[in-house]
Amino acid sequence: MPSVGQNVSRKDGIGKATGRAQYADDLVFPGMLHGRTIRSTIPHGRIRSTTISIHSGFRTPDHDDASQRGSLARHGFTFVSHRDIPGRNVVALIEADQPFLAERDVLHQAEPIFLLAHENVQTLNALTIEITYDTLEPVFDPEKSEGVLKRIDIVKGDVEFALARADVIVEGTYRTGHQEHVYIEPNGVIAVPEEDGGIAVYGSVQCPFYVIKALKSLLGDDAKVRVIQTETGGGFGGKEEYPSILAGHAVLLARKSGRPVKMVYDRVEDMIATTKRHPSIVKHRTGVMRDGRIVAMDVDVILDGGAYVTLSPVVLSRGCIHAAGAYRCENTRIVGRAMFTNTPPNGAFRGFGAPQTEFAVEVHMDRIAEQLGIDPVELRRMNALRPGDQTATGQTLRDDTSALIVLDEAVKRTDFHRKRAEYKGTNKAIGLSLFYHGSGFTGSGERHLNSKARLDLTEHGVRIAVGSTEIGQGTRTMHAQIVADTLQIPYESVEVAQPDTSKVADSGPTVASRTCMVVGKILEECALDMRAKLGSMTPGQYYAKHGSFSVERKYEPPDWIEWDDHTYRGDAYATFAWGCDVAELEIDPDTYEIKPIKLTAVQEFGRPIHPALAKGQIEGGTAQGLGYALIERVVMKDGAMANAQLTNYVIPTTLDTPAMDVVMLENRYPDGPFGAKGLGELPMDGPAPAVVNALRHYGLDVRELPATPELLATCDSL
Amino acid sequence: MRFALNGHEEDVDAHPAARLLDVLRVECGLTGTKEGCGEGECGACTVLIDGAPVCSCLVPFSQVEHAHVITIEGLGDDHPLQHRFMDEVGAQCGICTPGMIMAALVLGKNPTLDDVKTALAGNLCRCTGYGAIYRAVLKWKAGDESPPSVESE
Repeated sequence: MPSVGQNVSRKDGIGKATGRAQYADDLVFPGMLHGRTIRSTIPHGRIRSTTISIHSGFRTPDHDDASQRGSLARHGFTFVSHRDIPGRNVVALIEADQPFLAERDVLHQAEPIFLLAHENVQTLNALTIEITYDTLEPVFDPEKSEGVLKRIDIVKGDVEFALARADVIVEGTYRTGHQEHVYIEPNGVIAVPEEDGGIAVYGSVQCPFYVIKALKSLLGDDAKVRVIQTETGGGFGGKEEYPSILAGHAVLLARKSGRPVKMVYDRVEDMIATTKRHPSIVKHRTGVMRDGRIVAMDVDVILDGGAYVTLSPVVLSRGCIHAAGAYRCENTRIVGRAMFTNTPPNGAFRGFGAPQTEFAVEVHMDRIAEQLGIDPVELRRMNALRPGDQTATGQTLRDDTSALIVLDEAVKRTDFHRKRAEYKGTNKAIGLSLFYHGSGFTGSGERHLNSKARLDLTEHGVRIAVGSTEIGQGTRTMHAQIVADTLQIPYESVEVAQPDTSKVADSGPTVASRTCMVVGKILEECALDMRAKLGSMTPGQYYAKHGSFSVERKYEPPDWIEWDDHTYRGDAYATFAWGCDVAELEIDPDTYEIKPIKLTAVQEFGRPIHPALAKGQIEGGTAQGLGYALIERVVMKDGAMANAQLTNYVIPTTLDTPAMDVVMLENRYPDGPFGAKGLGELPMDGPAPAVVNALRHYGLDVRELPATPELLATCDSL
Repeated sequence: MRFALNGHEEDVDAHPAARLLDVLRVECGLTGTKEGCGEGECGACTVLIDGAPVCSCLVPFSQVEHAHVITIEGLGDDHPLQHRFMDEVGAQCGICTPGMIMAALVLGKNPTLDDVKTALAGNLCRCTGYGAIYRAVLKWKAGDESPPSVESE
């Protein structure tokens, strides 16, 4: 019986429902020490001197002093500074600018400077290290910063020429703040010295092979390291690049002490020190004709990158490519810049730049409709991308383009126009957003990645051996479904190996809505090969006769994809998923408390491999998007998050999350496994603009996120 | 200090001010109870103390002397609510799941959706948007009551 399209039981369901699943903090190794990070307490400066005190009775003036380090060792501490790094003090990612441990210059608050380990957590935390600095002027405003981490230009047609001939020009500036991931399991890893002289890192990570790359830079290319992903309590991008730093720290302590070292952040440290969604400032200048046709889009995107480059160039890239929204326009100019500021680096977060730019364009669309006196649905319908249309990068869209389909379904299903009229003048409001999300790495990314997947024949069936991680989204289950149906064997006969970089194929990072569409596709190819070799035999019969064998395949992007990294022209993504969200709200006119009543999410992502898992992605992403829209506010003071607690940084609870009506439409992507596209990030793009457009319907001119009551009290009435 | 843990008497030597969460995880080796925030906001560490759901990160060990503590391990692996969580995909990343299940256990008969939301309002989930969790809990309540061994303690 085919499993694809069925709600088979999750491979990891029983472990999670019984509490037996082992997360990083659940693991204990003999002789294990606990690690701690000593961090900067200023946003910008130079380290002048360091004083270490154990319980107040022990003081030394300078961390270079040998007697001090001897004393620390006598008290059972392992102390690590940048001098203990055998390789390069660089977290290898896109640019080689971020150190594992600051040497002299400090560029942001909570920057790691020293590491400590001790077997007793209380003793470890009782040690104080005072660092004095020569402080330097910090930059916090990305618009005033002179440091451009990355610039991207996307140009199509002649914007100025078209603007000059437009009937109306609509301008607007839209801002979004940081967002914290709040995976419920904070970052954590354990570094364990192994008998062969190597080091194993067990950890809560999205991308085990990213960690390997960073560790090879830290320790030297010939270092023996492997990374094993433990059960991971949520990621959302927050465990994409950051764990490389944390793993490096634990490894340095483990090397020096010769013992296993566990480093698990508490919530405050996780919020203060790790990445967040990039704040953005997006400016639109749009030329439209009286009938609603958009003839020119001029978009300026600024992202606050923080103090190191990390992933900002690629976040900016995805943000810019999505900045013109799900609309066709012959003359488009998108200029994006990721700016340096003295704050902890911002990083990957579900949506990866697109939630920011799609918020801006979708609120802007409602403002255009308002200025022209056109219905916002009609304006979208007129300009929505259709098969055969070209995007801002010049990509010609194929038949799996569903902007109109999702829009029409959402409008019909919610009785949008009747409610729009009925709610006018009441405390209720309704708004919508139309959005899309490119599946997989941008442009030539998948070609450069060269992802691989492997299937091993086992006694009872097959084992999937890939580095793609289960972080809650259902990787194990969905991959097993694809393999089972392709091999024509029961779902139960497919097992999934725990990602261990020494044992599985590097299937690329678990990011960018690529795990189903791209890695699932390679697994499908592997299964086809395996099926051919098995002939008419079952895996069990073949194994009994010939023993085990493995099949490994590499990803081949569709041959029609053309992309130019220099001109930013071509097929940015193999395909796009599409969505239309409708938000219905109740507004307290005195306190501006906003209560979402209902969120209708109509989304098309090829074909759901596992409908219940897919629905879970949409419901969860939508809730995260509603938090982004209304309540999740990061307060920065002197370059550090001032509300780094779940008491003060709130995410949606059961009582804040409205009823959701999820509609999953199919429009299959021919090059995806069983027609699947990517889904993980799409649901994050829609809720914020739908909510803000509902607030506009109520009569509030909101152009910023989060739309807290405090912000709404300052917004103009329409 | 003596207390009952999942139906068995336990004698554990730990500091009276130690967090119950740490005693359960470290001294007793029961790691099904999770730490998400350490300040009683997320509910991942929810256990039952004398039948009431409590954040074990906020409870000093001395407070459970002679009390009966039930953790997720106390449910075994065949509890009907656990099965509903599996069937309805109420667990995604799974880190909030033990706390969610413990908090939901004390719901009364025939709860409404609002009752479920209120009972789980102190338990944060970042993955599901809660929909699948409601479906699991409501189906459990509609289908069968939990075994008395847990709810009647």
